[in-house]
Amino acid sequence: MTGSHVLEARSLSSGYSGRTVVDGVDLVLPPGRISVIVGANACGKSTLLKTLSRLIPATDGAAVLDGKAITQIPTKKLALTLGLLPQQPIAPEGIAVSDLVGRGRHPHQKMFRSWTAEDDDAVADALETTGISELADRAIDELSGGQRQRVWIAMALAQGTDVLLLDEPTTFLDLAHQVEVLDLLTDLNRSRGTTIAMVLHDINLAARYADHLFAMRDGHILASGAPQDVVTPALIDEVFGLDAEVISDPVSHTPLVIPRGRHHVSGGQSA
Amino acid sequence: MSGATAVRTGRTRRARRRRIGIAALAALLVVLAAGMLMLGKTVYPIDDVVRVIIGQDVPGASFTVGTLRIPRLAAGALAGIAFGIAGSTFQTLLRNPLASPDVIGITSGASAAAVLSLVVLHWSAAATTALALAVGILTAVVIYAAARGGESTGGRLILIGIGVGAMMNAVVQFLVQRAAEWDVSVAMRWLTGSLNGVRLEDLGPLAIAAVVLVPIVMVLSRDLRALELGDASATALGVRVDRARVLLIVAAVALACFATATTGPIAFVAFLSGPIAARIVGAGGSPVIPAALVGACLVLLADLVGQFGFDTAFPVGVITGIVGAPYLIFLLIRTSRLGGSS
Repeated sequence: MTGSHVLEARSLSSGYSGRTVVDGVDLVLPPGRISVIVGANACGKSTLLKTLSRLIPATDGAAVLDGKAITQIPTKKLALTLGLLPQQPIAPEGIAVSDLVGRGRHPHQKMFRSWTAEDDDAVADALETTGISELADRAIDELSGGQRQRVWIAMALAQGTDVLLLDEPTTFLDLAHQVEVLDLLTDLNRSRGTTIAMVLHDINLAARYADHLFAMRDGHILASGAPQDVVTPALIDEVFGLDAEVISDPVSHTPLVIPRGRHHVSGGQSA
Repeated sequence: MSGATAVRTGRTRRARRRRIGIAALAALLVVLAAGMLMLGKTVYPIDDVVRVIIGQDVPGASFTVGTLRIPRLAAGALAGIAFGIAGSTFQTLLRNPLASPDVIGITSGASAAAVLSLVVLHWSAAATTALALAVGILTAVVIYAAARGGESTGGRLILIGIGVGAMMNAVVQFLVQRAAEWDVSVAMRWLTGSLNGVRLEDLGPLAIAAVVLVPIVMVLSRDLRALELGDASATALGVRVDRARVLLIVAAVALACFATATTGPIAFVAFLSGPIAARIVGAGGSPVIPAALVGACLVLLADLVGQFGFDTAFPVGVITGIVGAPYLIFLLIRTSRLGGSS
């Protein structure tokens, strides 16, 4: 698999019940790379991701895959190329992990074709990649939050799409599990060439894990590019309304945002 | 690939449990069916029953079994299948065990229509079924429209449905009181469901509905299993969410309404079948066939208990009601502890 598919937004607008949340956005997700959309609450980043993945319709413009509007592509065919991990997927009570991961095979199956060896391979591969092979027969209800998130990612992997969108895949996880999930997605991107785009809350993790950042405010993209080019004190102020310093992350040498705040700021350190 | 082998082993083990569960339910259904045909004021041995079924003339048994007990069995089994599938489809689609058509007032609506048609207007069985279906769908639409929008649509839908159901039951009581106060069995049928006095010729609409709708729901059950993961996941998996949901709801409402027009709203069969089936066959597979079998077994078992378990014969719905009510209370308590939403 190679990241040869190109998903883009062309003057894309969308919103809810007449209210425009995403306003004329143009973007191209770099194929085979990890893109992260960042921005303050209610800036439209989740809505943008939802429109790109056809969960909500565009009110103007279009989400375009390989030159074709996604609304023109039969949804089942689209599901072979474009995967999505929503923010709050629902696990049926008592279902076994490998059965749930197997639901990712839905677009590959025909009405009267039963489960095949290929499906077993895809599920086993997804479990292995996400490091949960030993949980295969456990009921989903017994797992921790971090393990569950791995199961959902495994389900998206079993779907075998070249493009994978994730809506805040690290919400509700503690820091260790956030890093674990992002490492896992990076593995995926590197080993399979999967094009990944996700919404993240944490600007520092975004700056570390993104090849390409999109910074949003009020439904517009303010800046996009490599994190070191995008993440500046001026941009952080513009996007989050936050006075901050940006230093080099001692571990990854990516930009690290240090918020200033009103308290606990010692004198003589301002840049 | 050892990972794939492990996945296959687990999947095969769960599939075997499911098959054994389904086989056990089917066997139980056969036993209950035999009981329905053999037992009564006169007990006929199984070979007499078989001879009647294959068309031989057996003095006494031909009338009792052929004219009374076979229609009762067929009505019970068909209604159980229809209620079981309708209930489990609703519960899976709305992701809430409380959201079955008998709890949220849809079968009560169909029942009110049926009693209006039969007892007041004296319409035919076919016209009665049509009216029950129309009112059942209308009830579903009204509940959905009243509940939609804002947070916690699911919880509100159930509360509104329970209210609509109570209202429809009041309509049934009103009509029955006015038109048939002398006829307790008619009243019981439309209030709780009963197999008393069912004739073979009344079963046409329900039989046709079962033959047409059950395969449709089975085909759609693949989409249903994706919808169970939430609308977003289902869309991502390539399901045409709105179309699949409308088809499934219409099919499930129709099954519940056809059954209600024939036997009355047999209490809680739709509500109980899915959860019992999941206990028996395990989670993860399609709920359609297990829920259908459990529904049929529940109705037949309850009818046998109702007929022979006490000094007085009770209609089937009284028995299923006694079994179902505690489970409903249990779920309501659990739901309110969890915050009433979802």
